[in-house]
Amino acid sequence: MSLMAEMGERAHRLGVPFSVQLDLTYRCNEQCVHCYLDHHDHGEMTTAEIKKLLREMADAGVFILTLSGGEIFLRKDFFEILEYARALTFCIKLKTNAVLIREAQAARLRDLGVESIQISIYSHRPEVHDAITKLPGSLRRSIKAIRFLRSQGLKVVMANVLMTQNMDDYPSTRALADELGAEYTLDPTVTPMMDGDRAVLDLNVGESALRRVFRDETLVGNADEFCAPPRPLDDDSMDSTPCSAGHTACYVSPYGEFYPCVQFPLSCGNVRQQSFIDIWHNSEQLKEVRSIRLRDLSSCSQCAHGGSCTRCPGLAFLEGNMRGPSTADCERSFARTGIPSANLLAKKDKDKVSPARLVQIQLVPVITGVRLLEMSSAACTLAS
Amino acid sequence: MNKKLYVARSPRIAARQLGEEMLVMSAQGSTLFTLNQTATVLWQAADGKTTLEEIVERRICSEFEVTPEDAIRDAEDLAEDLAKHGILLVSEIPIPSRDPVLQEQIR
Ligand code: SF4
Ligand code: SF4
Repeated sequence: MSLMAEMGERAHRLGVPFSVQLDLTYRCNEQCVHCYLDHHDHGEMTTAEIKKLLREMADAGVFILTLSGGEIFLRKDFFEILEYARALTFCIKLKTNAVLIREAQAARLRDLGVESIQISIYSHRPEVHDAITKLPGSLRRSIKAIRFLRSQGLKVVMANVLMTQNMDDYPSTRALADELGAEYTLDPTVTPMMDGDRAVLDLNVGESALRRVFRDETLVGNADEFCAPPRPLDDDSMDSTPCSAGHTACYVSPYGEFYPCVQFPLSCGNVRQQSFIDIWHNSEQLKEVRSIRLRDLSSCSQCAHGGSCTRCPGLAFLEGNMRGPSTADCERSFARTGIPSANLLAKKDKDKVSPARLVQIQLVPVITGVRLLEMSSAACTLAS
Repeated sequence: MNKKLYVARSPRIAARQLGEEMLVMSAQGSTLFTLNQTATVLWQAADGKTTLEEIVERRICSEFEVTPEDAIRDAEDLAEDLAKHGILLVSEIPIPSRDPVLQEQIR
């Protein structure tokens, strides 16, 4: 086990919020077709409010702080916030489209000791990438920024999302990452809107493309192992918790709303009204999230995939029940192993769905920032 | 060693206390370390103004059962080790804080 994983476990035992994603704004200079956010500013936290929150988070033991958005560089006080966060010795990860990063910004990020910068790149071809971001010239500018960052010796992670528009491009996009000296992650899914609107899910690729990705050894390592039938459920798995959300990780929106995860919109409080640590320790919603074990999940505890599934409780919540299955993960488990989940089988019985329907991906897994080759619920941490 | 040594926490590292241990990540190569209790005491006291000898006398000998000679030798080894990993700055002259105003604000 890596030292980081060990520390994650220790944080779990101690009940420490080890990793937090803080979105500084939902405003953005790109208008990506698959984006799940409402980009209007509904009253972002001020610089002073964010600084207070950062002090509270440092006192609570937060180590990894991911600053994301929207586009973080649209905040005029971005460097003031970053400098403050670094003075509080957080390990900082940034998520950005990098369009606004030039030489001077890259040098400043290096000086401030940022751990890594994740940059969304959807294709190696400008006509494809720019059509997704709806910002002409965005690929050229993002690539230029990656070069600036790399020349400062900074770690860059190129994050791609698989969609119908770019599904044939991912091998060349990966080659571009290699050429630039960046790491590469591929998210095989599109996430529903924060308000639960699922229209964007039409952008998801079909089952055969997903299968191809799951068998691509440059992404998943040993494909036979990755696609192997699930292990039988044992007592340990039955007592396991689904993921880090609410256990060692959480998310705070630009408006101060506190959620277990960026993909789990169950409001647990607001840091404008309560202190961060008060919400972390006393929120009834968080207590409920923490109480859930696999054995409490009626479908998943009966499912062949139960012990190895990447089931996202946030997506299950968006489907209406945080103790229910996440159809996205059922579809993914099926595409990966060819074995239908308990949920799909039940649906099939109920709706008399023909087997052909089962192999259609309507909603595929939606785990933001997870490396495909590390796809397990344990890996789905904000620290990934 | 008879020279006075000043030690300061590197501004390019991330750090947080987790239970008994101090977690430290150096920006160079994203390497993660944990410091044991003695190393944590030394690291926390490394303000760039206090000498290593003073830190050992005031913070280590008083809290841990060690002779001053052993303690100073261990502390020098430790400081050298931490410096090699970019966690600690070591100098024969005091090391000024990079941003004293900000340091004051977060206190
Ligand atoms: S599975 Fe991943 S994305 Fe879903 S709630 Fe957990 S940490 Fe968040
Ligand atoms: S495949 Fe579906 S039903 Fe099975 S464990 Fe995963 S989410 Fe639950």
